[in-house]
Amino acid sequence: MNVLSEKLLGGKQGAVGLAILALLLFVVFPLWLDLFRLGLLGKYVTYAFVAISLVLLWGNGGILSLGQGMFFGLGGYCMAMFLKLEASDPVSTKIQSTPGIPDFMDWNQLTAIPFFWQPFKSLPLTLLLVLLVPTTLAFIIGFAMFKRRVGGVYFAIITQAIALILSILIVGQQGYTGGVNGITDLKTMLGWDIRTDSAKYILYFTNAGLLIGCMLLARYILTSKFGMLLLAMRDKEERVRFSGYDVSNFKIFIFCVAAMISAIGGAMFTLQIGFMSPSFVGIVPSIEMVIFAAVGGRMSLIGAVYGTLLVNFGKTMFSETYPELWLFLMGGLFIAVVMFFPDGLAGVYQKYADKFNLGGLAAKYFSKFTQWVPKNSGGKL
Amino acid sequence: MFDYTMAEIGNIVVMQGFSGLSLFSVLLLMALGLAIIFGQMGVINMAHGEFMAVGAYTTVFMSKMAVKYDIVNTYFVFAILTAFVLAFLIGYLIEYLLIRHLYKRPLDTLLATWGLSLAMQQTFRSIFGAKEVSAELPEWLLGSFQPTPDIDIPINGVFVMGLALVVTVSVYMFMYRSRGGLRIRATMQNRVMAGAVGINTKKVDRLTFALGCGIAGVAGAAFTTIASTGPTTGSLYIVDSFMVVVFGGAASLMGTIASAFGIAQAQSILQFFMTSSMGKVATLMTIVIILMLRPEGLFASKVRK
Amino acid sequence: MSNTDFVLAIEDLTVSFDGFKAVDALSMYIDNNELRVVIGPNGAGKTTVLDLICGKTKSTSGSIKFKNKELTKLSEHEIVRAGVGRKFQTPSIYENLTVYQNLEVSYPVGRTVWGSLTFKRTAALSEQVRKIAAEVLLTEFLQMEAALLSHGQKQWLEIGMLLMQDPELLMLDEPVAGMSAKERDQTAELLNRICKNRSVLVIEHDMEFVKKIAHKVTVLHQGKILAEGSMDKVQLDEKVIEVYLGH
Repeated sequence: MNVLSEKLLGGKQGAVGLAILALLLFVVFPLWLDLFRLGLLGKYVTYAFVAISLVLLWGNGGILSLGQGMFFGLGGYCMAMFLKLEASDPVSTKIQSTPGIPDFMDWNQLTAIPFFWQPFKSLPLTLLLVLLVPTTLAFIIGFAMFKRRVGGVYFAIITQAIALILSILIVGQQGYTGGVNGITDLKTMLGWDIRTDSAKYILYFTNAGLLIGCMLLARYILTSKFGMLLLAMRDKEERVRFSGYDVSNFKIFIFCVAAMISAIGGAMFTLQIGFMSPSFVGIVPSIEMVIFAAVGGRMSLIGAVYGTLLVNFGKTMFSETYPELWLFLMGGLFIAVVMFFPDGLAGVYQKYADKFNLGGLAAKYFSKFTQWVPKNSGGKL
Repeated sequence: MFDYTMAEIGNIVVMQGFSGLSLFSVLLLMALGLAIIFGQMGVINMAHGEFMAVGAYTTVFMSKMAVKYDIVNTYFVFAILTAFVLAFLIGYLIEYLLIRHLYKRPLDTLLATWGLSLAMQQTFRSIFGAKEVSAELPEWLLGSFQPTPDIDIPINGVFVMGLALVVTVSVYMFMYRSRGGLRIRATMQNRVMAGAVGINTKKVDRLTFALGCGIAGVAGAAFTTIASTGPTTGSLYIVDSFMVVVFGGAASLMGTIASAFGIAQAQSILQFFMTSSMGKVATLMTIVIILMLRPEGLFASKVRK
Repeated sequence: MSNTDFVLAIEDLTVSFDGFKAVDALSMYIDNNELRVVIGPNGAGKTTVLDLICGKTKSTSGSIKFKNKELTKLSEHEIVRAGVGRKFQTPSIYENLTVYQNLEVSYPVGRTVWGSLTFKRTAALSEQVRKIAAEVLLTEFLQMEAALLSHGQKQWLEIGMLLMQDPELLMLDEPVAGMSAKERDQTAELLNRICKNRSVLVIEHDMEFVKKIAHKVTVLHQGKILAEGSMDKVQLDEKVIEVYLGH
C-alpha cells in the first residue's frame, strides 16, 4: 500500500475496520431501519463527531476537555442561526409585531436583527463560521492555558467552567439566542425543505460521509509524526520539550482540531434534527460525550463511534422503559469504564482478538478481517 | 444602575453583602471539604456536591421527625452533627470502594466520581422524590433583625456564617495543631516517609477523604437554612466550589477563605446590578481570566522547582 | 565579556530559592570536544546547574553563553534547538513507543506543528536511526517496546535520543546510575567515542567511572566550585578530601 493510503487508512487493518463501519452506516442501517430510527441513528452519529475529537484530544493527547459540548453547540448554533433567519422571512412572520425577525426576538421586544446575527444571512459565510467560531474559541482557550503550562485536572475544570459560562450566557440572553428553548422551527436551507423524508435521507448520508471524512483526517494526524508526538507528550511532556518541540503549539493545534470536528457534528445535528438548544452546550452533555469515547475506547476512532452508538441506543431504550435505572446505569458505566476497562470496548476486543489470535485465524480463512487497534501503534483506528 | 443615592447604595451593599455572606459561608464550607480532598490529596471529587446533598437531606429528614415529635426548636444542632457523621461514613466507604484505586490517575478519578454523583443523584430521587424539599427550621433561626431601619439582616444568614466560622476554625485547629492533622499533612507531603515512620497512610487517606465529605455534609445542613434541596442541588454548587479552591490556590487554607469570600461577594453584588445570570457569568469569567493569567491561584505556596 | 573560544561559558551564575543559594556566583568554562565531569556531595548544586543550562530553572542572576548565545533568555525548546541536549537522572524515554520510534521522534526535522504533520520518513532518517542504535548498542532491540528494556538500556536509549538531535553540548545526569559493571564499561566507551564530535558534561558519583572518562573534573560544593583540574589533581586536593571525608 502506498504511503498516502498507509497514512489515511492505517494499513490493511485500519482499512478493513473502517470499511465495515462504512458498510454499516451507508448500506446496512439505511436498509434495515425505518426513517424514524434512522433519524435517531443520525443523531447519534453527530455525537460521534465529538467522541472522535476526544480520541484525538484525550486518548492520544492526554488532554481531558469537559467542555466539548461548547464547540458542538457553537457549530450547531451557527447553522441554526442561518436556518432561523431563512425561516423568519417577512411573509411567514407577518403576524409578529416586527415581521422579518425570528419569533423569539419578537417575543423579547427586539425590533431588529442583532449585528452578530447578520453574517448568518449567507450560507457560505455560515459554513465558514461553523468551522471558524468554535476553532477560534478553542484557540483562545488553548493559547491562554497551554502557553501557561496549565494542563491535566486544572484544564479540565476550567473547560467545565467555560462551558458553564457559555450555557448560562445563552440561556440568559433570551432575546439574542432563543434562551433555554434554543432555536427551533427550522424549515428550509436555501429553499430546500429539510423536513421532508427525502431531505432526511440526504442529510443522513451527508452526515455519515462527513463522519468518515473526519475519521480519515484524524487518522492522518495520528499516523503522522504529529500523532506520535501527541502520544509522547501525553506520557512524557518534559522529554518532548527537551527534544526541541514547543509543546504548547501542539496542544493548541489538537485542541482546535477537536473543536472543529465537534462543531461539524453540531451543525449536522441542527440540520437533521431541526433545532439547537443550550442543553447541548453545558457541563452535563459535555461530560456525557466523554463517556461515549470512554466506553467505545478512547484510543480507537472506530471504537469511539461504536461506543457512541451503543451508549445512546441504550439510553433511548432504557429511558423509555426504566428511566430511574438509566441514571444508575450511566453512573455505573462511568465507574466501570474507569476501573475495569479503561481502553473501552475496543480494548476488550483487542485483548480477546489477541488471545485467540483472531487476526491469524481470520487471515487464514478470510483474507480481510483483522484487528481494530494494532498494538504499539498508539491505537490509531 | 446609578439612580440610587449614596446612602441607598450603602444599604444595598450591606444587604447584598450579607446575602453574599450566606453564599460565602456555604461556599466556604463546600470549598473547605474540597480543599482538603483536592488540595491535600489531589483527588477530584465530582460527587462533592452530592455529599453536601446528603447533609441537606439528612437535615430535612430529621426536621420531619422533629415536627412529628415536637422538638423543632432543639433538633437542629443534632441534625448538623448527624449530617457530618453520615457524610463522613459514606465518604469513608466510597474511599475504600472506589477512590483508593485511582490515586495515580486524577483524570480518571474525575470521571469515576462524576459517575458516582449520577448514581447518588438518582438515589436521592428514588428515596426523596424529584421535587425539592425543605427543612422545618427552628424558630430561633427565622426572621431577621434590623440594626437600622433600612437594613434587614436575616438571622439564618448570621447563623450560617457563625457555623462556617466554627467549622473553619475547627478544621484549622485540627489540621495544624493536632496529631491527627499532623499525620495527614505528613502523609500528603511525603507519603513514603510517613509510611516509614509508622503512619498507616491508607487509613489516613480514608480518614482525610471522609473528613472532607463530612464537612460537605455540614455545608448541606447549613444550606437548608437558606434554600430548599432537590436531587440536583449538589451539582449547582460543584463548579463554584472547584473555582473557589482552584482560585485560592489549592493547598492554602487562607487562600480558600479569601477566595470564597471574594467570589461570593463579587457574585452577590454583581447580581444585584445586572441580571442574576449575567452576574454569575461575569464572576465566573473574571475567575477564569485571572486563572489564565495566574494558574497557580491567588495564594499558591512557593515550592522549589 | 564574551568568550568565543568556549562552547559553554557560565559566568557569575546564581540561583536562589527563597534565600537559599543553590548555585552561588558560579563560573565555569567548557571547551570544544571536552568531556567534563562535575562531581560533588549531595546538595552541591550539580543537577541545578544542568537545570539552569537547559532552561528548566530560571537563574536569579548571571549569564550562560552557549557558543556565544545567551541561554538564560531562551525557552527550553529553543535551547535544545540551539544545540544543547540533556539527559535526566531517571531515564526519560517514551515507554509506549518502540526503540525505533523513540529515536525517530527525536530526529531534529519536523519540529513544528506543520512540519510534524507533513513529515515524511526518508531513507536518511531510517539510516540515522540505525546508526545511532548501533552506537548505543540497541540494534537488536529496535522493534521492542521501550518499557521492556533494562534500566541500563533505557539510559542508553535516552543517550541515543539525544544523539539523534546531534547536539554540540550533551549533558548527562548520572548516566551509569543503576548499571552493572559491564554496562558501566560499555557506557564509558560510548562516552569516549561520542565526545569526539561534541562537548559532553557529565554529573557522576562513581569515581572509577569518572576516572575512565574525564578530561577535566570540576568539584562543586554548596553551589560554588571547590576545585577544578584533572582527576588526579583534584583527588589530591586537600579541600576536596575534607569535603568528601577521605573519599
